[in-house]
Amino acid sequence: MKRYSAFAVAREALRNNTGWDRAWASPEPKKKYDVIIIGAGGHGLATAYHLGKNFGITNVAILEKGWLGGGNTGRNTTIIRSNYLQDPSAAIYEKSRSLYETMSQDLNYNVMFSPRGCMMLAQTQHEVRGYERTAHANALQGVKTEFIGPERVKQLVPIINIDGPRYPVLGALWQARGGTARHDAVAWGYARACSDMGMHIIQKCEVTGIEQSGGKVTGVNTNRGPIGCDKLGMVVAGHSGHLAEMAGFRLPIESVALQALVSEPIKPCMDVVVMANTVHGYMSQSDKGEMVIGGGTDGYNNYTQRGAFHHIEETVRALVETFPMIARLKMLRQWGGIVDVTGDRSPILSKTPVDGIFVNCGWGTGGFKAIPGSGWGFAELMAKGYSPLTDAFGLDRFYEGRFIDESVAAGVAH
Amino acid sequence: MLILTCPNCGVTGEETEFHGGGEAHLKRFGPGSSEGDFHDYLFSKVNPKGVHLERWRHNNGCGKWFHAARDTVTLEVFGTYPAQTTEPPQHIRDAITVKRPGWSWREFA
Repeated sequence: MKRYSAFAVAREALRNNTGWDRAWASPEPKKKYDVIIIGAGGHGLATAYHLGKNFGITNVAILEKGWLGGGNTGRNTTIIRSNYLQDPSAAIYEKSRSLYETMSQDLNYNVMFSPRGCMMLAQTQHEVRGYERTAHANALQGVKTEFIGPERVKQLVPIINIDGPRYPVLGALWQARGGTARHDAVAWGYARACSDMGMHIIQKCEVTGIEQSGGKVTGVNTNRGPIGCDKLGMVVAGHSGHLAEMAGFRLPIESVALQALVSEPIKPCMDVVVMANTVHGYMSQSDKGEMVIGGGTDGYNNYTQRGAFHHIEETVRALVETFPMIARLKMLRQWGGIVDVTGDRSPILSKTPVDGIFVNCGWGTGGFKAIPGSGWGFAELMAKGYSPLTDAFGLDRFYEGRFIDESVAAGVAH
Repeated sequence: MLILTCPNCGVTGEETEFHGGGEAHLKRFGPGSSEGDFHDYLFSKVNPKGVHLERWRHNNGCGKWFHAARDTVTLEVFGTYPAQTTEPPQHIRDAITVKRPGWSWREFA
């Protein structure tokens, strides 16, 4: 792999950009791999990357039915934060946030991580108490957050209306080291690093069946023929239930559509991420100047990747109330992704009833921020059978009633 | 936007008038049941890509619960039927079979 650097840019400028390599290869699948990861999104690629980097396992294939990073990795609103309530969540999300800080250097790929600060508005007394509690929990967990008053909110976000007619801003949970990153670049950067380690990224390769022998996985059937493996990682978000059914077990997951939209680009007006969970909306401004807006999920199971119109209406109405100056903005694009939601709003990183099959899913409406931490922990789980980061997130917690209840941190926006 | 007909009051309305209530025809397991049965009743979801039988409530109307048969990929509603039943009635099964031959959902087909 040729390193990207200022020197490389200057060198290629002199020879008409003829020296750039393809960022990742498109090989034909082999007959067998040590590990197959299904799903070349952020979590799948990060898992493969850390299998190679942390454990030296490089005979790995990453199968993707569509194109690389074309699922929820390319559909989210790119928010990164770690201000969760429960200890296991704080551990994995904070690991993730800290890995984002050095990701551009680690991958030699600019993921445009922007620690601009993430603010979660408290607009009811209930939320004030909830976020004060979270701030205290975060202090014990070593995650730097603070509860700030309305004056500080107005100072950080001048365009906000703090004495709104329905829900005045009473304060906010502020994480100064949260922020955003370029979602596609995260997938591309990992893909380039994985390909460089000799891993095979196989796109347009849909898994149609899972082969087992004596309760142990032996391989997968795909539209490009059967491929053998010793270990299989399913990292497919909304389609996890569908794959689990092929393997013969069920997951405590329901798939729903979550949507987002962006406005036309405008001059810089807001340099932090603002989330307003009471009124169902969150917003940040991209480097291009577009206001990136996320809304709520549809209230029923679906796989449509678009989302219901009245939910956009609800989100936009809430944001116009909170930020009156955006009332006349035109919206450019709207899209949806299928998110996999668990009962306690926490992910599942776990062994399964089938020996050799591991599942990483249930990130629901907030998986992007967790990509590097999830990859780190899940790779350890797949390589060694145990990871302190993922131990609390096993499937057995639903049998034992040992939930990691994050509905406070993740009730709506994520 | 989904358009549903409430079998209780006969009103046909848009989805904003209703509220989804998740998977239908659950068999309840309470105290005294095995851990596996209790877990499956509470958490294991069919979550199918295709035909789904589910509960809805007409909460901005008559307020009563009913069942619907719907496709989770196309959002097509095959029909609605009263909640006072433990399995989908034959006319609903027939309506689904016309559109999705060979369908199955849990033990029903």
